[in-house]
Amino acid sequence: MLNTILSGDLPRSKVLAAMLVAILVCLALAPFIFPGVRSVDTAARICIFIVLVASYDLLLGYGGIVSFAHTMFFGMGAYGVALSSKHMGAGFDALAIGAASGALLAALLALVIGLFSLRVRAIFFAMITLAVASAVAVLVSQLSGITGGEDGLSFKIPRALGPAFKFADIELFGVKMNGKLLKYYLVFFSCLILFLLMLRIVHSPFGRVLLAIRENDFRAEAIGYRVVHYRVAATCLSAAIAALAGALYAIWLRYVGPDTTLSMELMIDILLMVVIGGMGTMYGAVIGATIFVLAQNYLQNLLNVAGQAVADVPLLPQLLNADRWLLWLGVLFILSIYFFPTGIVGRLRKGN
Amino acid sequence: MSVAPDHSPTMARLTLSERLSVYAPVLLIIAIIILGFLAIPSNSSWLTLTVSGLAMGMMIFIIASGMTLVFGLMDVINFGHGAFVSVGAFVGVSLILALQHLSGSPSLAMNLVALFIAIIGAMGATAVMGWAFEKVIVKPVYGHHLKQILVTMGGLIVVEQLIIVFWGPEEIYLMRPAALQGSITFLGAALEKYRLVAVAIGLIVFLGMRYVLRRTKIGLIVRAGVENGEMVEALGYRLRIVFIGVFLAGSALAGLGGVLWGLYQEVVTAHIGNDTMILVFIVVIIGGLGSVEGCFIGALMVGLLQNYVAFLEPKVALISNIGLMVAILMWRPMGMIPVVKAK
Repeated sequence: MLNTILSGDLPRSKVLAAMLVAILVCLALAPFIFPGVRSVDTAARICIFIVLVASYDLLLGYGGIVSFAHTMFFGMGAYGVALSSKHMGAGFDALAIGAASGALLAALLALVIGLFSLRVRAIFFAMITLAVASAVAVLVSQLSGITGGEDGLSFKIPRALGPAFKFADIELFGVKMNGKLLKYYLVFFSCLILFLLMLRIVHSPFGRVLLAIRENDFRAEAIGYRVVHYRVAATCLSAAIAALAGALYAIWLRYVGPDTTLSMELMIDILLMVVIGGMGTMYGAVIGATIFVLAQNYLQNLLNVAGQAVADVPLLPQLLNADRWLLWLGVLFILSIYFFPTGIVGRLRKGN
Repeated sequence: MSVAPDHSPTMARLTLSERLSVYAPVLLIIAIIILGFLAIPSNSSWLTLTVSGLAMGMMIFIIASGMTLVFGLMDVINFGHGAFVSVGAFVGVSLILALQHLSGSPSLAMNLVALFIAIIGAMGATAVMGWAFEKVIVKPVYGHHLKQILVTMGGLIVVEQLIIVFWGPEEIYLMRPAALQGSITFLGAALEKYRLVAVAIGLIVFLGMRYVLRRTKIGLIVRAGVENGEMVEALGYRLRIVFIGVFLAGSALAGLGGVLWGLYQEVVTAHIGNDTMILVFIVVIIGGLGSVEGCFIGALMVGLLQNYVAFLEPKVALISNIGLMVAILMWRPMGMIPVVKAK
């Protein structure tokens, strides 16, 4: 049973299994274990980022393709939901249509970019996605008539997902049964399904071929697989799933803007989560995203405290400033690629 | 058994299109200029735009040439190239601000001395940085494209953040040296003096590079290394040392480009390198990885197109370059002048 759900990819390490179970339980019961706006918000962010990072892992870890446009696809889903809700009014049909059209558009754009770059050289893809993603980000902030520009868009979601809606007049462990709870579980189960779907994909024959291409594309071509077709298909799949994650993120925040969905910082965060968790292992996305989001929310305060502690030493306070968070992430990123290319999951599995 | 056909060699003249296709990239620039001439109603603004397009193209070429050579020679893809642009811009701008008495004086000679000192300082700083970057960041990941992209991207982030630590988070505004401000009038068109200087510097760099690559022994080794590195090593040259030299030179050129770009924009931020990299990638791709000539032609095309389109339809300017890239890749998937054959 478990084997079927996990598509035959058991954790293969006791520590890893314990971590995964702990994360699953915490996320599944987050509104009850950690009541409070901020912690539930963190839990929802973790769910969404797990899907986003896993979809990136599908491309980077399994396909061996570096893309810098993943936030663009993420943003397409988010803007899709926002625009459809804005124009069609709040409703589940608007959410569904927005998410579906965002995902479709993302897959189409990925198809076009993939066909242009991957048929020549896989590294072209990295450069072209970077160029296209930056152009799209600038375009989104320029076309303020449609996208709200730098301010972004706030929109209404169906009342059933808001805190004013009560579906049962009881309190379970002190938690009100309201639409906010429903919204959390909508996000949680959607993410769970998407994640299991991706696990299924990477262990299907398709996923095996992707692995073969990553290891040796000449040989894969020689065996008779159309390398370009597989790579493009992986790109489209990953883009569509990223767009769905973006749609969930927009629903959760009831807001979409360039900073939350399209920024380069977000792209770097995603890269870091994949690398820290472990490339080419879907579980790496779970571990990476969880650790990273937690660190982002709570470690920045720590950095601030450290900065104040050394306030008298020259230059150190600037280095430890909370705004320089990205500096330390960059250092961590480089070090983890040198010394832990397989990430946390790879380490744990090897130790077994 | 069929009999082998008679061997009958024929001497056919190349057709016109075959002979022209070698020059097609150059003709394409001329085509863009002519199209611009036809599309832009006023001749004087066409001339202004052409000069600024050429200036922009030259600056992008200076930045991109190092990157394309580094790729061609050692198959290293450096996503952190923009870091050198940023550092070059900051060092150069700081020097110009420090040499206020030279750059502020109305005499052209004094201004050029200030500009020269700023350029030398920036190129020196970025060359040293390039050496460190190669040692620390690039060397451990030779032969892994995936890791190279990730690690050099990480290096770019760290350098950008360090710039903010040292120079502060605010953008720095500056004035160009006094004699390079303003514009001259030529055939009724206002041509900014600074752009003319940028075009001149770009041309000097291009011709200098061509001379080194075509006429000197080291250039011969570099070109041979781009075409087939293993063979060059088999002949007894240590390509690794040549490569470090090229990496240094490429970083220094990026620094030069950074100074020019910073003065062109009259404002520098830590993201300046990353912003230019978008155009640089497009140029490197359409030129053909590893090709200096292709890079030059591509840079001019991008610069001209960007300026013309920005004048005609500002919001399309960004997409126009991506459209150009798509069109070129449909025509020649390996870029206009593909060089790297053996890899």
